[in-house]
Order: sequence, then C-alpha cells, then structure tokens
Amino acid sequence: MRVDTGDSGSGGGSSQEKSLWAKANNIYPQSISGTFRNIKWALMVVTLGVYYFLPFVRWDRGPNAPDQAVLIDFPSRRFYFFFIEIWPQEVYYLTGLLIIAAMTLFLMNAVAGRIWCGYLCWQTVWTDLFYAVENWVEGSRRDRLMKEKQGWTFRRVREKAVKHFIWLLIAWWTGGAWVLYFSDAPTLVKDLATFQAPFVAYLWIGILTFTTYIFAGFGREQVCIYMCPWPRIQASLTDEWALNIEYRTDRGEPRGSLKKMKELAAKGEPSGDCIDCGQCIAVCPTGTDIRNGVQLSCIQCGLCIDACDAVMKKIGKPTGLIAYDTDININRRRQGLHDIYKLVRPRTLIYVAIILAVSGFMVFTFSTRSMSGMNVLHDRNPLYVQLSEGGVRNGFTVRMLNKHTEPGEFVLSVEGIDGLKIEAIGVEGTENGNPVVSVDRDTTREVRVLVFSPKGLQLGQSTPITFRLVSKADGETTTVNDYFKAP
Amino acid sequence: MAERHIDELSGTETTGHEWDGLRELNTPLPRWWLWIFYVTIVWSILYWIAYPAWPMVSSYTKGMFAYSAREEGLKAFEAGKAARAEVGGALQNASLDQIQSTPALLEFAQGQGKASFGDNCAPCHGLGATGGPGYPNLNDDDWMWGGTLDDIYTTLQYGIRSGHDDARDSGITGMTAFGADGILETDQIASVVNYVRSLSGLETDSGLDLAAGQTLFIDNCSACHGEDGKGMLELGAPNLTDGIWLYGSSPAAMIETVTNGRKGVMPAWSGRLDDVTVKSLAVYVHNLGGGK
Repeated sequence: MRVDTGDSGSGGGSSQEKSLWAKANNIYPQSISGTFRNIKWALMVVTLGVYYFLPFVRWDRGPNAPDQAVLIDFPSRRFYFFFIEIWPQEVYYLTGLLIIAAMTLFLMNAVAGRIWCGYLCWQTVWTDLFYAVENWVEGSRRDRLMKEKQGWTFRRVREKAVKHFIWLLIAWWTGGAWVLYFSDAPTLVKDLATFQAPFVAYLWIGILTFTTYIFAGFGREQVCIYMCPWPRIQASLTDEWALNIEYRTDRGEPRGSLKKMKELAAKGEPSGDCIDCGQCIAVCPTGTDIRNGVQLSCIQCGLCIDACDAVMKKIGKPTGLIAYDTDININRRRQGLHDIYKLVRPRTLIYVAIILAVSGFMVFTFSTRSMSGMNVLHDRNPLYVQLSEGGVRNGFTVRMLNKHTEPGEFVLSVEGIDGLKIEAIGVEGTENGNPVVSVDRDTTREVRVLVFSPKGLQLGQSTPITFRLVSKADGETTTVNDYFKAP
Repeated sequence: MAERHIDELSGTETTGHEWDGLRELNTPLPRWWLWIFYVTIVWSILYWIAYPAWPMVSSYTKGMFAYSAREEGLKAFEAGKAARAEVGGALQNASLDQIQSTPALLEFAQGQGKASFGDNCAPCHGLGATGGPGYPNLNDDDWMWGGTLDDIYTTLQYGIRSGHDDARDSGITGMTAFGADGILETDQIASVVNYVRSLSGLETDSGLDLAAGQTLFIDNCSACHGEDGKGMLELGAPNLTDGIWLYGSSPAAMIETVTNGRKGVMPAWSGRLDDVTVKSLAVYVHNLGGGK
C-alpha cells in the first residue's frame, strides 16, 4: 500500500487550483523489527535514561557543597558536573564544550550522514517513543488506517483518550525531569508533590509538558521538515564520500512486482530487485520514499533498511537493497568497478583535529586552574596621593576568590619597589607586615588595599609592581601585575 | 493564471508569476504555519486589550491591567528605600567605630557615602576627593582639623567658618592678614616666607636672612602654628613642615597667604543631610586612605 507522502504539496481543492499552502498528511508508520530498530531502542533507553535519572545521581563534594552530580545552581551561580565546579567567570568552558559538540556533530555528518537526526535527536527519540505508545494503544498501522476510515466509534474515542493521557504523562515527566537539573532533585520532587515548590518550577514543567506533547505528539516530522535548521545546514556540510542510507538503484531498478520481474528475468531483460512493495515508505516515520534518493525529509533512521531486508529475505534475495552507501559506489558498481570508501578525508581530519585541540586545551586549563584567585583594580581617581611626609600612596580594589569548600586565609603582598608597604582596610591580621585576609568558603571578598612608597624615594610616573596572593592552606599562589603611579 | 506550470528542471510547480521569462517555484509552507500566523494576530489584539497600546489625542489606551512601567519603577524605588531604611536604622544607632568594625555596616556606609559624596562634596573636593587649590585633598594624611572618624564627622556636621554655632573656627577669625592689616611690612613678609619654606625643605632665597625670618615667625606665627611650625589642630593651623600646601607652595602663593590671610569655608551639613548620610560620609572620607 502506498501513501501520498505529501511532499509535492498540491494542497486541497481541485487539481487545477494551485495552493501556496501544503496540507500535512497523517503518517501511520508501521512497526518493524530488525537491527536498526534494536539500535534505536537501545539508544532510546540510554538517552532517555540519562535524561530522566541523571538528576538523582549523587556526588560527594564535602560537607558544604551540594551532592547532586549534575546541578545548575542559578541562585548561587555555580554549575556542578561530577568533579567539575564552574564559576560564572569560567563560562568559557561551556564555549569549549559547545565547540566540541558542534564538531562532533559535523564529524558524524561527514562519516555517516544524519546520525544525529536518525538516532539521537530529542525530536526523533521522543517522537519514536510517542509512536510506540500509539502503536501499543491503537494497534498496528493497518488497524489505525482502518479505524480512521471507520470514523468515530466509542472504542476509537477511548483509545485516543488513553493515548493522549499516556503522551501527556510522558510529556509531564519530561518537563519534571528538566527542572530537577536546577535544584536538589529529591527535595524538589518532595516539594513538587506537596505543592511547596516555587512557582517557576511548575511553570517550566508546564511549558516543557506543552512543548513535548505538541512536538512529539503532533509536530513529529513537520518539525524536521519545516522547523529544524539542521537538515539545511548538514546538506551544505556533507560531501559525496559521506555514507548515507541509500536505495541502491544499481540493484533495485527497474522496479516492479515480483511477478513482472520474474517475467522480465525469464526474457533475459534487465530486472531489479525492488518489488515495489512500499514497505520502506510504510515504516518511515517521516513518510519519505527513500528510493527518490537522499532528501531533506529523510532523517536516516535506518528503519527502511530493516523493512527492506525483511522483504528481501522473504523473496530469497540478498539483503542490503537499502543500506549505508554512497552515490559514488552505486555508480562505480554500474560500471563494474569495486566499492571504495574514504573515511580519511580533509574534512574528517580537520574535525578530529579541532575536537582534539579544543578538548586538550580544556583539559589542560582545567587541570591547571587554581582554587583561589585575585583581581586587582587600580584607583582611577586619584591615581596617586602625595603624603605629608613625602611618600606616595596608591589605592587598589582587590577581589579575592576562594573556591575551596572551607574558609581560607590568604597573605597579600606586593613587590617591585624596595620598601613598599601594604595595608588592607578592615583587615586586622598581618604576617611579616602583609595583611592576612580571610575569605569565606566558595565565595569572593573585596578589600580596599593601600600601597605606600617609602618617603624620599624618587619614582617615575609609573613603576611595575606585582601583587602576590598566597593561600595559607595549600600555598597556592596567584600573582597579578599592576603599576605604582607617582607624580 | 489558471494553467498549471511545472518547472522542467526541478519538476516543481511554479506560482504562475512570470517576469521576463523568469518563474517562481512554488514550495508551499505547511498550512499549520499559516494558522500560527493567525494566532499571533489574535494574540496581538489580546495584547492591545490587556496592555497600554494605542496613543490617543491627549492620553493612551490604558489596557485592562492598567500596567505602567513608570509605576513599577517607582514601586521598585520605594522598595529599595525601604530596604535601605533597615540598614540605615542600624547605622543610626551604631557608633562610628562600630560601623568601621562591622563589615555589613561598613559596606553599606561606604556605598551610601560614595553616592552622597558625588552629590554633595564633589563640586569642591572633586569626584576622587583630590581637591584643588583652597579645597583640601581628602585622600592624603594631612588634616587641618583632625583626621579621626570623630573629627571628620564633626567637621562634616558643622562645617568650617560656616556660620553654624558649633562650626570649626566659629568666630571666623581665619588666618590673620599680616600684610593687609599692617602688621608686617612687605620685606618682613618675604623674610618670614623664606624661613617657612626652609621648614619643609623647599627652595629658599639665599639673599635673605633665615635667622631674621625665624625671629619674625616666632613673634607672629608661632601662636597658632607652634614654634616648630607643626601647626595646631585645635585652631585649624596647618603643619608648615610637611609637603602638603593647601594654597600652593610657590613663593608668590605663600606671600599672598601671609599678606591677605586665608578664611577657607566648608558648609555645615547637619541641617541639609540626615545623620545617617553624614555618618556614612565620615566613614567614606576616613576610608579614602588618609584617616587617622
């Protein structure tokens, strides 16, 4: 049975009247079993499992820090990811992560087409899950088409109600899991259940319930075809060497019914392996005819491969009429040449190189990043103050960071000119004349610091000096260069 | 128009529009997209009803919720004031030393002091409190009327020669005009100025007798500035041995000072600013770096 795929977009009305609007045709994908279906089930379990359960994973960070493995803590401006803790000023790590993500996507595309679209994209995964529910509640493709024809019966209303209820339940759980990433999950679950949670949590659950329900339940392939930019972008990133799910025209054409093909073969005329059964279209979640070649609406999920292989086995032909292949190989086989594959190409090498470089840089900066730090700001007005005894004073605003989970003490000193004296306003303790600043755990402290030149010393207008902050706990040192200004 | 026309190369139907033989391919948008467009139109109409939207002759449509960004801003302003009042109350009751030693109060006083300094003090003392000729630099450690927290607070409250009964030098004597009042002759003034310059290591005129200048200084100036020239805080008489010169350290400027005297004025702030603000200013000025 063939279904109008709707991509010609002739719309309603008479055939003579052209429409600028395309009607979205209902798609009733047939369930199928096979290798790719199993891969998709496995990936669905992994991806959804990670998404739904990750907030509940615990990670011990000591007594004063949250023990949630992955937590985006907006109120205290921290991002926790297992052993990693990111402060707002370190958000460039996120940039690195995004670059790696983008390059991985490009690399997947250069190696084997739309792997992301077909197996990993949330639109695909959730739509797949929603289709599975539909198939379970309303029956197979054949049943669903039949019920559609029969119109509204009590049974159909009941089934639809059950289906939408389950969809909404999944959507609600999806929204619920989302907010758990932003607060302590077990506490929030309890608060949500007892209606003690903040309004914004319910609001976000509502928003994500709505979007999941709409996109996975109704948007489906329309999201991929009309809303998503990636099919367009990936088409310009791919090349002729990238593997794609292809209908092997060299083997399949000319297509026709099994009977007709047998007749042709008997007469010694060319006959293809494709028996035009339409199974590849029937299982397709976007209603695409793969036999028209790689196209925008094809998300390359591999289900048509499973469908076609099943048919080929039944009619005693070798499998792989639809398979991961390239147009180059299809043409080469037509000319009697052997297949060639080129995995190592400039674009794959460049993507791998960028991924390695960025992740190497991130690992390096991350492993060498300090647990304390300091920012120094020289007073702008006045740049210097002349003192009655003949010395000069410069004022600085110094902000010290303590990323440790315990309060820490830091010795602030300055060097560069012999006899410089340093004083921090509001700081009592000193060590060898240098102020000892205590900074609370996991926070910053700003102090005003005065630096005095010895009296009688003739200084140029600007002399380089260095501030040094030494953590008393572990000796970690931060230095910042600045200038001492004088008349 | 009615004819269907299929583009040969792409096999796609065209819209039927033709211009110089060029045709436009018809790649239709899904109809639900059109419906979303209609929904946004409906939404915008609801928005007009709910919120201020259309300008009228002398006013505008207020909307159902009578929302006003200005009112919201004023509310936030009042809320900020109320929030400040809480810490402000704590400042009111705290002593200056308590403020200085309590980080939360200190931070608040510093912030408020900085803002009020910009509004009230900067016109004379400069935004960075560096002052200028006749207006002291508040960053340095030279204080004519004392640089402790209490001294600064008193000066701020009552001012200097401000006319307030409790002002510094409330009798408004200032520095005597030795030349104008005929106490010293011109050459005597040059001689005493030369001596005063020697006190702080400024360049002196070798043609003038330092000993004679010293005698003149002890006779005329030491009553206020002290025999050693180190000044007297009680009288607001500056230290003449240090490197800070409010009215300039050139011989001409110093001769001008001795001839015509000086009567610098600072207004009293106790009647103009509330006590919390004055306290904050005292703390802020003290912490500029020169406070004693």
